[in-house]
Amino acid sequence: MSDVRNVIIIGSGPAGYTAAIYAARASLNPLVFEGSVTAGGALMNTTDVENYPGFPEGVMGPDLMEQLRSQAERFGAELVTDDVTSVDLTGEIKVVVDGSGAEHRAYAVIIATGSGYRELGLPGEKRLSGRGVSWCATCDGFFFRDQDIVVVGGGDTALEEATFLTRFARSVTVVHRRDSLRASKIMQERAFANDKIRFLWDSEVVDVHGDPKVDGVTVRNVVTGTETHLDVTGLFVAIGHDPRSELFAGQVRRDDEGYVLVHAPSTRTNLIGVFACGDVVDHTYRQAVTAAGTGCAAALDAERYLAALEDALLTQDPVQVAQAGVL
Amino acid sequence: MGAKTVTDESFTSDVLQREKPVLVDFWAEWCGPCRQVSPILEEIAGEHADKIEIVKLNVDENPRTAADYGVVSIPTLNVYQGGEIVKSIVGAKPKAMLLRDLADFI
Repeated sequence: MSDVRNVIIIGSGPAGYTAAIYAARASLNPLVFEGSVTAGGALMNTTDVENYPGFPEGVMGPDLMEQLRSQAERFGAELVTDDVTSVDLTGEIKVVVDGSGAEHRAYAVIIATGSGYRELGLPGEKRLSGRGVSWCATCDGFFFRDQDIVVVGGGDTALEEATFLTRFARSVTVVHRRDSLRASKIMQERAFANDKIRFLWDSEVVDVHGDPKVDGVTVRNVVTGTETHLDVTGLFVAIGHDPRSELFAGQVRRDDEGYVLVHAPSTRTNLIGVFACGDVVDHTYRQAVTAAGTGCAAALDAERYLAALEDALLTQDPVQVAQAGVL
Repeated sequence: MGAKTVTDESFTSDVLQREKPVLVDFWAEWCGPCRQVSPILEEIAGEHADKIEIVKLNVDENPRTAADYGVVSIPTLNVYQGGEIVKSIVGAKPKAMLLRDLADFI
């Protein structure tokens, strides 16, 4: 079966590319599905990454991803800018179908599909998306010079976006449904010290208005029930992410929130030869560097699995064949 | 070979006065999704050069045109024909979806 590859990597954030670097250096000739418009992952929507080790002055998210990408390419990873549309991971030989309908087969698969941003679920949200409703402050902030805007959320991303948006906006109102923030101390201090940022606590955005562009939002106080209208032209949504694991439903075991379950500290899933890493498994840390770390682990786990599988196939020893799956 | 660049100054002659439909990719250096969509556009440009022209406009350097057409999110891909916008696509999309959106022109 010469057309069966060693390993296919699905996803191309820090986890996917790091797995690709390790797998390529181990001469496993990995095939990487980067995603047709998601190549580079979540960091493609960020500006300065200040906490990735090795970059004392910080690094632009898209630049970091391009560097990881070319590092993977340098060692021979085969990178494909396409989506995976379906998989069959249950057999010894895994089948992955791409956006063009072509089938690819491998002995091992590494899942590194990351997460997608959460939507508010408001009636006007879709219609006004790209017309004042945005999930990417770095892309769209520029267009809101001297305007008033709202950021929804209370985590690091929300405060990072709010702080970034003050470069352009006249005012930024952070709407958060609790009375305290989840964000890290440093991000909180930075936001509290910024004159252009104000906070609306215990509040949620319940409607977004405007045609063809956003001209206001309705905010409800969740304690008092009072509704207020804010005249804003921008609504930036940063209320978190959900794991992108739908593709693997029914095959790979996931938890109630959709995160892929692995036998930590390894990256093994419930399926033999299938490994998972990065934000798609990570409830807790969700950092570029932790994703890169588990991406490395997944490549090493896959490499060991493939070596054991090869030994087992050579000896045809059923016990070894069986054990290959639990390494 | 990259797509042709248009500016505030050249927009009328390079886009509005062309016979063929012209897709303008409103982008900027600091926009990650723009970097994701640009290779897809290059492919489409190569495959359908006879039907549609694809050009890039840097919004940082050419804010006037972006403002004139109400661009508030990038990438925005506007198709112009006979001096008018005939299609507006906002956000990076997979190639198959872009081809579907552009089906009338290619």
